[in-house]
Amino acid sequence: MPIDKAYRARTSAIVACLLLLTPHLAYAVMPDGMEMPPSVTRNVPANVPVATSSDQVEIGNFSFSPMALTVAAGTKVTWTNHDDIPHTVVSDDDPHLFKSPPLDTDDAYSVIFQKPGTYRYFCSVHPKMVGTIIVKAP
Amino acid sequence: MSKSITSDVPQAADEQHGTNRRGFLKCGVWAGTGVAWIMSGGIPRSMSLDLVDTALADAASFSFVQISDSHIGFNKAPNPDPVATFRQGLQRIKSLPTQPAFMIHTGDVSHLSKPDEFDTAEQIIGESGFETHYVPGEHDILIDDGKPFFERFSKSADGWYSFDQNGVHFIALVNVLGFKSGGFGHLGEEQLAWLQRDLMAQSASTPIVVFTHIPLWMVYDKWGWGTDDAAQAMSYLKPFGSVTVLNGHIHQVIQKIEGTVSFHTAYSTAYPQPAPGTAPNPGPMKVDAGRLKSLLGIRDVNSLSTTQPLAIIDTPLSA
Repeated sequence: MPIDKAYRARTSAIVACLLLLTPHLAYAVMPDGMEMPPSVTRNVPANVPVATSSDQVEIGNFSFSPMALTVAAGTKVTWTNHDDIPHTVVSDDDPHLFKSPPLDTDDAYSVIFQKPGTYRYFCSVHPKMVGTIIVKAP
Repeated sequence: MSKSITSDVPQAADEQHGTNRRGFLKCGVWAGTGVAWIMSGGIPRSMSLDLVDTALADAASFSFVQISDSHIGFNKAPNPDPVATFRQGLQRIKSLPTQPAFMIHTGDVSHLSKPDEFDTAEQIIGESGFETHYVPGEHDILIDDGKPFFERFSKSADGWYSFDQNGVHFIALVNVLGFKSGGFGHLGEEQLAWLQRDLMAQSASTPIVVFTHIPLWMVYDKWGWGTDDAAQAMSYLKPFGSVTVLNGHIHQVIQKIEGTVSFHTAYSTAYPQPAPGTAPNPGPMKVDAGRLKSLLGIRDVNSLSTTQPLAIIDTPLSA
């Protein structure tokens, strides 16, 4: 097996393990740098839980709208950037529970929230931009 | 050539400050707005570009140039081609009467931290032939915590460093890592400890030039235009007789004096941003093409190893 394939296979295995270790949270869209447009939702690893519903957060005027969004567990939340400047979606937690790649104009990024709780996040380019996802038990 | 002087200038008494240890940096030119600035004894004063050109031509020692916020990769209004305006800025530098010893780039080299954006910037700067010292902006560290930027542009693994030129001590700081939710630019304890050690090796009469991306004073907190732990850094700089702080980030020239410290933000070569609080958000100002180049620029600072005061001049691309 060529080295790069072996490396990719190993990386995929590591990613899969990490996702299993954090079953409450999974990427519907893998933040895979620039190769894959953030709005593409295919190629989701088989072990990632399937979203039972979806909701939206719009990014515009240097703010998240709604600033606080309440969803049922299992919901896929998608952020879409409508500004002409890039933004990111990064959880406040250390280490970050989720961290989007840079989202240029019209790029989108999604997270499936499985576990009830309050998830605060911000834009790491403009840290004054903050938001919250509140996940309720279904 | 437009030579309008457009700034309010603090008219504090410069005589009490300006002499040997403070009065060594002579001139600076921003090719961006047609504004000329002369630092006299740490106090910026406006000056016609004619006089500045003469001063530059007479300068005996060295000059350097600040470029900032080139945002290579940006492609929207008001400037679909920041590569062209960046090149134009470098052309302005080439045409200065005194050629700079080096350039400093105060960050946001790229717009999205993409390799091809870094490639383009590196190529254009390489063509200019000027040695360049960099600090990153928040747009340069979007991928892999800035590793691609630091590997390519930084002189140390940490990204912060210092160097000396003609008796002036230059300090490059990184304040775009470790942003906290709701927060500001951030230096961090490790870098502050390094800064303290670095300054301890300098005599108080050594002129200091600090450059970093986000302003080291609170320009406008609602837009995050400040650095949360800058006060700590400034406390280490307090013993020094001449401190010049050069920043980017806000794509406009704002200056202020605090004791022996003068602060200057710089023009972008890509697009202007609104004055604090004058727009709903700090996004690019949608100015028409005719006005754009009056709001972009570069800065040239001439340093004399004499008793002459520091002078900084801001000049637009349209000049």
